[in-house]
Amino acid sequence: MLLSIKRLAKSFDDLEVLKDINMDIEKGTVVTIMGPSGSGKTTLLRCLNALEEPTNGVFSFDDGFTLDFQHKINKNDLLTLRRKSGMVFQSYNLFPHKTAIENVTEGPIIVQRRSKEEVYEQANNLLKKVGLEDKKDLYPHQLSGGQQQRVGIARALAIEPDLLLFDEPTSALDPELVGDVLSVIKDLANEGWTIVIVTHEVQFAQQVSDQVIFMDGGYIVEQGPPEKVLQNPSENRTQQFLQRILNP
Amino acid sequence: MVKMSLQNNVLLTVAEGATGWELIEKSFWPMVEGAIKFTIPLTLISFTLGLIIALITAVMRLSNSKILRAPAIIYVSAIRGTPLLVQLFIVFYGMPSIGLTIDPFPSAVIAFSLNVGAYASEIIRASISSIPKGQWEAGYSVGMTYRTTLRRIILPQASRVSIPPLSNSFISLVKDTSLASLILVAELFRRAQEIAARTYEFMIIYVEAAVLYWVVCFLLSIGQEALERRLDRYIAK
Repeated sequence: MLLSIKRLAKSFDDLEVLKDINMDIEKGTVVTIMGPSGSGKTTLLRCLNALEEPTNGVFSFDDGFTLDFQHKINKNDLLTLRRKSGMVFQSYNLFPHKTAIENVTEGPIIVQRRSKEEVYEQANNLLKKVGLEDKKDLYPHQLSGGQQQRVGIARALAIEPDLLLFDEPTSALDPELVGDVLSVIKDLANEGWTIVIVTHEVQFAQQVSDQVIFMDGGYIVEQGPPEKVLQNPSENRTQQFLQRILNP
Repeated sequence: MVKMSLQNNVLLTVAEGATGWELIEKSFWPMVEGAIKFTIPLTLISFTLGLIIALITAVMRLSNSKILRAPAIIYVSAIRGTPLLVQLFIVFYGMPSIGLTIDPFPSAVIAFSLNVGAYASEIIRASISSIPKGQWEAGYSVGMTYRTTLRRIILPQASRVSIPPLSNSFISLVKDTSLASLILVAELFRRAQEIAARTYEFMIIYVEAAVLYWVVCFLLSIGQEALERRLDRYIAK
């Protein structure tokens, strides 16, 4: 098991966004988080990347690294947590002042201090993998949304994280561009990356997930394999949600 | 000081008694020399120091800590709420009475740097705030710390936003350095005043000084445009 999450809670002032989240992420598996907006799924993902600091709960990684948020966490531990995962954002958030390949190489060169030569070779391979080798010297504004998002994926892969996080990676895309991005994510799943993804693409979740988590109101309502949660949900709220997004 | 004014006298007596074009010709070099030796260095040094002060102040103002924010707020408020000339006089004429005598040029550098620092800090703060939160998060997500994200991701983008308003401050500073004439810095305008006092040709000399300031500012604005074009590479048109 790569990461075990116990009693995770997050409040913004008086607003409790996550309440008592317990989940395990197995190495090499894909965990899909679904749920209505405001259910806390994005916050959960952001807690994993330390973009939000949980108010309570325990993260334990397989290498022995453990964080108990009951106590004040020091900056270095938060940084260690953050560096375990790579994040792909809904709105891409590419660095607009850097070319596609510079977006990919920035983390490895500046943060990890790896050699430029090696990093550029890796970045070229990553851009080839996401089908953008001919776009590597273009700036983000010269790329379509789908292309930008694939650069975003390459950027997250370049830092070689234990865990890949996707926050609604296709929600901002035109429908005809969604497929390209999803197929890249599918490839990554097949290669054995550990992935946590927040998405509304039910069909995609069905195909790639090992585990589906349905959230509502800050709680995990139901979790299990996709055949169970997506096809035979036992909870009312899950059924209602699936019905709504499958037959809008 | 004594040596400097002797040199000036030699220069200035050249212009004495001249009129019309001859006066312009004779007064031209002393004034240009004042610009090259004092106006321009004073502007460049003060602006550079001012930008460093401004960046530190802006980051302090954006901090979560009250202890860091408070001094920055007070500093900006005090500088913006008092006349630049008064600030110059405090440094040059006021400091000696508490045992700190500073020469005219460094006095001017101190006053102008502090002044520019306050105004520019607001520009830098606004331009940092204008960069979307997602850029910070993207920096963090590739493992960067606050400082690295600021340096590598936020400031390069913020600098593009802040160039036009900072250029305004810069050009204002060129003109404000004429106030240094009042604390004995032999810059362009002090040269003009000295020549005018000897020749009584106020109109010619002061218009000539104005034209020289204009030329300097015009050249600087060309530099600004070139810089903006360079930083525009990554902006969608």
